[in-house]
Amino acid sequence: MILTYVEIRDNKIKKSSLEVLSEAKRRAAELDENAAAVLLGQAVEALAPDLFGCGASRVFLMDHPALAQYSTQDYAVALAALARKVNPRAIFFPATSLGRDLAPRLAARLGVALASDCTKVSVKDGRLEFTRPIFAGKAILSLTLSSSPQVATLRPNVFPLEKAAGQGEIVREEYDPPAEQPRAQIIEVVGERAGELDVTEADVVISGGRGMKGPENFGLLKELAALIPRSAVGASRSAVDSGWIGHQHQVGQTGKTVSPNLYLAFGISGAIQHLAGMSSSKVIVAVNKDPDAPIFKVADFGVVGDLFQVIPALQEELGKLRSE
Amino acid sequence: MDILVFVKRVPDTESKIKVSHETNAVVEEGLNFIISPYDEYALEEALRIRESKGGKVTAVSVGQEAALTILRKCLAMGADEAVLIRDQLAETYDGLRTARIVASFVKKKFPQAKLLLFGKQSVGADNAQVPSMVAELLDLPQVNVVVKLELEEDRGVAYREIEGAQEKLAFPLPAVISAQKGLNEPRYETLKGIMAAKRKEIPIIPIEDIGIVAEDLAPRVAVVRLEMPPARQAGRVTSGPPEETARQLAEFLHREAKVI
Repeated sequence: MILTYVEIRDNKIKKSSLEVLSEAKRRAAELDENAAAVLLGQAVEALAPDLFGCGASRVFLMDHPALAQYSTQDYAVALAALARKVNPRAIFFPATSLGRDLAPRLAARLGVALASDCTKVSVKDGRLEFTRPIFAGKAILSLTLSSSPQVATLRPNVFPLEKAAGQGEIVREEYDPPAEQPRAQIIEVVGERAGELDVTEADVVISGGRGMKGPENFGLLKELAALIPRSAVGASRSAVDSGWIGHQHQVGQTGKTVSPNLYLAFGISGAIQHLAGMSSSKVIVAVNKDPDAPIFKVADFGVVGDLFQVIPALQEELGKLRSE
Repeated sequence: MDILVFVKRVPDTESKIKVSHETNAVVEEGLNFIISPYDEYALEEALRIRESKGGKVTAVSVGQEAALTILRKCLAMGADEAVLIRDQLAETYDGLRTARIVASFVKKKFPQAKLLLFGKQSVGADNAQVPSMVAELLDLPQVNVVVKLELEEDRGVAYREIEGAQEKLAFPLPAVISAQKGLNEPRYETLKGIMAAKRKEIPIIPIEDIGIVAEDLAPRVAVVRLEMPPARQAGRVTSGPPEETARQLAEFLHREAKVI
């Protein structure tokens, strides 16, 4: 069995978790095994059918008031107890901020190694092999884990989400809250902007670099983002280090690694640390005044020109497409 | 407050990475090595806490003697002490192994430590495993990817970055914190600091001396392959009046790439 940890935010299952479950289902089928999913929380049973619809044959449900809010320590305790009981071959997590916080805590609790932020999982001679970028994508590492269960986090936006007309069984599991322990507790979620996607989750990333010339011009990219569904605004390190936009938008080796369907780079020259963070995008478009900018070497479509003229013209073209 | 900061020696982010198919490892020759950038935020935060609250900052690295250079940089920035835990194995990509070394070291040599600071991930292995694993092995609370930290005598509040928002967490000390860019702006070394750092002795503790069992030192990650990413082909490049290039671009996105 391959078990998928399912992340819930605002009472909904995150898309990245369904991608992970779809991959777990595909690899489990190859191994002649089943895919299962685990839901932790309070009053989350209603979410189970979505998981059957992505290939889970069983959904383990740990429904408990003490699990209503995410806590790394409590969730690791709950998952470790389940893992010891049902003994899966592997446990997959989405490589989201939650998955990357929780999976290592669980792995250490179980005393097993972890494959972080995988972009490919394959079956070789009846064993799982994990492939993941290192150096933000400058090199690709394939590895196997000799401890069991094999714990891995899978990068969002990489594995295809596959719907199946599946049915399954809900398995209720007891949760035994641990005795009072020193713990970190979420007291508030701050700065949440409704409807704003993170660059790691967006289908389209619209990034600006030094060529944006100043913080005020990032408004142009936001306007463009408003025209494109599931898009987010990104930035190069030099734009972030100049204080033009927050570091959470930074793409590259000291920022985020992204693999969207489309990466639009405006006024980004293409420093090696930036290219590392976005070269796995499916389609890359670059607009830059300098015809020799290294970004053009990785772009599927390049425009040599002034972004301050190209963006308004592009907005108009996208408007036309919309009305078609 | 006794603060430990864990630092790793990594290739500079401007480096081109080459891999050797014989050794299945990164070719180190010609690379410029630095302290992993996120670890620098961790160290800066430790120095600021010491400056406002007093205490001692110790920088610790697990690795070969080559890591002494970055420990010396930590001293030059202002760390009080530095320690190398000598591990002859090169990169294993096994975060649990490193976490066990770190946890054994803390238990044996620094049981009084109030704060364990890490970078959110090393720039290179990009694992982001060790801080959470150390927290679990030492049964401590953890907050990862922290962009703001406020400490009192025996507890603290940290803001952690998540997708599109921040979580504000309260925790008791001792605790494990991992630093994200934005937490602070690391200082430069001063000449005086560099000179003082040169004279300072950096104790080297062999991995065998920290009470870790041999079995826990065997990597559980086996490298199958290390390769370069598939090279991207440069595509079409166009120029001309913006209305025309924008039209071609929109057509490419809509009809050819079918992404819009």
